[in-house]
Amino acid sequence: MKNTALTTTHQALGAKIVPFAGYNMPVQYEGVNIEHETVRQAVGVFDVSHMGEFLIEGEHALDLIQKVSSNDASKLTIGKAQYSCLPNDDGGIVDDLIIYKIKEETYLLVVNASNIEKDWNWIQSKNDVGATMRDLSEDYSLLAIQGPKAIEAMQSLTSQDLSAIKFYNFVVGDFAGIEHIIISATGYTGSGGFEIYCKNDEVKQIWDNVLEAGANYGIKPIGLAARDTLRLEMGYCLYGNDIDDTTSPIEAGLGWITKFTKEFTNSKALEAEKQRGSERKLIAFQLDERGIPRHGYDIVDNNGNKIGVVTSGTMSPSLNKGIGLGYVPTIFAAIDSKINIQIRKNAVPATVVKLPFYKH
Amino acid sequence: MNIPSELKYTKDHEWVKIEGDVATIGITDFAQSELGDIVYVEVETVDETLDAEEIFGTVEAVKTVSDLFLPLSGEIIEFNESLEDEPEKVNGDPYGDGWMIKVKCSDLSQADALMSADDYKALIGA
Repeated sequence: MKNTALTTTHQALGAKIVPFAGYNMPVQYEGVNIEHETVRQAVGVFDVSHMGEFLIEGEHALDLIQKVSSNDASKLTIGKAQYSCLPNDDGGIVDDLIIYKIKEETYLLVVNASNIEKDWNWIQSKNDVGATMRDLSEDYSLLAIQGPKAIEAMQSLTSQDLSAIKFYNFVVGDFAGIEHIIISATGYTGSGGFEIYCKNDEVKQIWDNVLEAGANYGIKPIGLAARDTLRLEMGYCLYGNDIDDTTSPIEAGLGWITKFTKEFTNSKALEAEKQRGSERKLIAFQLDERGIPRHGYDIVDNNGNKIGVVTSGTMSPSLNKGIGLGYVPTIFAAIDSKINIQIRKNAVPATVVKLPFYKH
Repeated sequence: MNIPSELKYTKDHEWVKIEGDVATIGITDFAQSELGDIVYVEVETVDETLDAEEIFGTVEAVKTVSDLFLPLSGEIIEFNESLEDEPEKVNGDPYGDGWMIKVKCSDLSQADALMSADDYKALIGA
């Protein structure tokens, strides 16, 4: 297992450390519910340095990115970021990612930790255009500072006007006394805030400054368990659960990042799927009764026949209800459709709902 | 770690308090702290008679689902229904308000096989 540059810091804070995607990561500090609440109401900081970072450079950088990604990266201007995915040749997804346009002919790709090697090999295999690729994953750290008070709490750490950075935009500037830091108005919680990319030897100083600057705003360190409940309340897909090598972006509800304004890997087949409609869809559901849906539980119809499977599920800390995502045949996918989740011996009734589960 | 000396314990991290032929059962302080925030306790075996080691319910934390094993054979006569709305009592007061079930024991001699507080302490390395 690898450590992030902050693993010992997390241990000193009393975090429970678990192996995740090849890294020793803090899963919780004080408790998942209080951490979840902190991000929804105030501000929290996550060490998500396990995430992978690739730099794609050169005259043909955009050509390569356009080829491998589903969203249209030609729309990016310097200072903008874009959520996207890497379709495979068989209708599935290699990974989902964020693409940053750092400067002309230079793009930063941020990928899931569990997929770093797979993504690198995949993109490399498509690089017949001569783009330069660099894997920065081992050298860079990533902190997510999330919550409605993030802007106010962090403003003292930078000369940049944080309130002026729009969602999915970023600046490169000073932060916590260090120059050339990427301050990105992105995140995986739905509560606003920033993601901060820096070098490993800079992250301790930034972490300490962030906790100090946030102290008056009730900042707490937040673990991966709350990261999961926060993202699931928003209905954000988690690679390996809700999307994987066998799920298409269309059925996963990622049509909005699948742009047929250009050609990309498997775009013909995906466009055909979009036109004829997917046979199954990723739905969001809420239990009508008590219970907690979990990854892998069956979704059944009223006669007990299996119609699908839960891909993510939890007890929503904000709603205090069982919520989840899962794939069902399209005929069961309409909002307000009634389905059932098989929880041990019981088929617990559930209703298909609109995302997000939680609204501020 | 709180391990009351007057209780008996199991390797599955449950505690047992025997009064007459009725045993009150819950999970230990160690178990609740390992599980983290408990969000659901499901016991659907009230009025059933089960053998020792059978599953009588489930405790769910945010990230985990754990089966609950009956330490002593008998009839489940009561479930602490207040846990339906306040499962967090198991975290806050595992040996008190967070108790889970009461069992009318069919063979009290099974209690001899339960662990003492000192044995349990040794098991968890406390």
